[in-house]
Amino acid sequence: MKNLYKFFSIIVLIIASNSYSFAAEKVEYLKTDWSFKGLFGKFDRASLQRGYQVYTEVCASCHSMKYLSYRNLSEKGGPEFPEDQAKAIAASFEVTDGPNSDGEMFNRPGKLSDKFVMPYDNVKAAQAANGGAYPPDMSVLVKARGGGVDYIYSLLQGYEEAPEGVTLDDGVYYNKYMYGNKIRMAAPLSDGLVEYGDGTNATVEQMSKDVTTFLMWSAEPHLETRHQMGFKAIVYLIILTILVYFSMKKIWSRVESEV
Amino acid sequence: MSDHDYRPKSKVGQWFNDRLPLLTLANHLTDYPTPKNLNYWWTFGGILTFCLITQIVTGLTLAMHYIAHADMAFESVEHIMRDVNYGWLIRYIHANGASMFFLAVYIHIFRSLFYGSYKSPREIIWILGIIIYLLMMAAAFMGYVLPWGQMSFWGATVITNLFSAIPLVGEGIVTWLWGGYSVDNPTLTRFFTLHYLIPFLILGLVVLHIWALHVPGNNNPVGIDIKKPSRDTVPFHPYIVIKDGFALLMFMIVFAFFVFYAPNILGHADNYIEANPMVTPAHIVPEWYLLPFYAILRSVPDKLLGVVAMLSAILILAVLPWLDTSKIRSAVFRPLYKQFYWILVADVLILGYVGAMPAEGLYLLIARVATAYYFLHFLVILPVLGFKEKTLPVPLSITEPVLGGSPNLAAARDKESKIE
Repeated sequence: MKNLYKFFSIIVLIIASNSYSFAAEKVEYLKTDWSFKGLFGKFDRASLQRGYQVYTEVCASCHSMKYLSYRNLSEKGGPEFPEDQAKAIAASFEVTDGPNSDGEMFNRPGKLSDKFVMPYDNVKAAQAANGGAYPPDMSVLVKARGGGVDYIYSLLQGYEEAPEGVTLDDGVYYNKYMYGNKIRMAAPLSDGLVEYGDGTNATVEQMSKDVTTFLMWSAEPHLETRHQMGFKAIVYLIILTILVYFSMKKIWSRVESEV
Repeated sequence: MSDHDYRPKSKVGQWFNDRLPLLTLANHLTDYPTPKNLNYWWTFGGILTFCLITQIVTGLTLAMHYIAHADMAFESVEHIMRDVNYGWLIRYIHANGASMFFLAVYIHIFRSLFYGSYKSPREIIWILGIIIYLLMMAAAFMGYVLPWGQMSFWGATVITNLFSAIPLVGEGIVTWLWGGYSVDNPTLTRFFTLHYLIPFLILGLVVLHIWALHVPGNNNPVGIDIKKPSRDTVPFHPYIVIKDGFALLMFMIVFAFFVFYAPNILGHADNYIEANPMVTPAHIVPEWYLLPFYAILRSVPDKLLGVVAMLSAILILAVLPWLDTSKIRSAVFRPLYKQFYWILVADVLILGYVGAMPAEGLYLLIARVATAYYFLHFLVILPVLGFKEKTLPVPLSITEPVLGGSPNLAAARDKESKIE
């Protein structure tokens, strides 16, 4: 048993060693209750819809979300906008299509099957418009940052006056959760910046939470299915394991009695 | 292979078996006499076979949707995650499956080290195993490159650059490996091809590994040669099949937990950023299962010697059967070796830990000491120990300790049950 214990502590240590990159950072991220954490975690539908509003009214002017399609907005497990509403959202964007039979490119209203329209044509254009910094694509942003949702949530609320001794260049801001504390994005949120349709008070904290929830969904659109299936799979495996255990005991009893 | 005299009962069976003795093979596999005292550390062979098959099946499915092109690879992975039916499930099984595969193979290797399974007459099984392990590392490394994220790109750059340490031809070899002057599309397509090929090579080697195993038969926790079949053995089916099945299910529960509830915890966040040759990540780290060797590589100040040390650390295992001079197989009867064994386990873990840390200051010092100890264990401690160590008396058969042998044997048996 002692050896077994040793072995498992080994395994834990190996796995723990992998989370090295954030052990070095001393900053504690802000915590909030995420509805999608845990064995049965699901997205808060209203929060996802509000989060989409924050994304589209605030973030989308600089940040693309190129792996998402408008149809995703009405799909199960996501914000679940009614299909009509998703169609209306899509139609509010202008999409370049073509070439048509004359060989010309043309603009048309967006359809459900279109990918989210990008704010800039390419990375260079995005950099040119943002003082050389590229606003990262947000499709999988939550998974692309070590602290995940907690990091994004904290970052959005982490803008502060630079402490004494820290000099900031033009267009650089101080954020206590950013790696190196210097960020090229101005504080994107302020109280009352958006007006929520459901009457929720649009505080910075609330908007941060909503948009981070939305980003979690955009990075993991099948999270709810995954949790549901995972629970069933693990329960199934446990029951099967128990049955096989007793079969094994029965079969091996023939040998043990012989010994 | 004592069962060549097997004869199928039916006429058709006999007709077929005389022409292709598949039924003899099936009979051999079911009746294969296995030591009855095998503990759960012995179930990882079956678990590893499961891992290999899982990787091949999920990998084939992913290959149907993946596009091996520098401009499209990252996007095609997102396509798999979002739009392919259960693509997220297949990809997460494949990605976490690699980690599970290595977890199992490390347990399998360390089991072999503890019970001396690599010793005569099982050297060929052991060497085949080391080749499989090397191929696994190559396959895993190239597989990690395929999503074309930042860690993919920079990991590939760092590892392929190791070849530039070779004198005279190094630079040329690197260019040849890359198919250009940096890691780029030609690198990706060839890595994809090789990543597709290697698992089938592994599969072939696994067949040889099992074949070679079935000649002398399994080692066992007591580490003695046993008569087969005898009161010390049980037929593979149903005894070992059900036991392996039970262990596999336990393993699958852990596996499922990672796939469904922590699918990205073993990966690096930077790999969800598309590869960008203009931006170097703050820390370039390989996957966790390569970290001990990465630590050895970085602990040597000279590039060429570092590469040599890293490769030696793996290849030294191939000559282990001749470095370990002890006649006794199982650590159960080797009180000193047992202590050194656990020190080695700790040493490898420490190497893994410092491999994930920046190579500077105290971490570098620890890495150097641990690297030195790693080689000391194999090159000095093991050969000397075989001559100096006072081993405990070894029982004559597996049943003997239970039937009430000497006090030493009872102690040994007691120890055994604890490990189980």
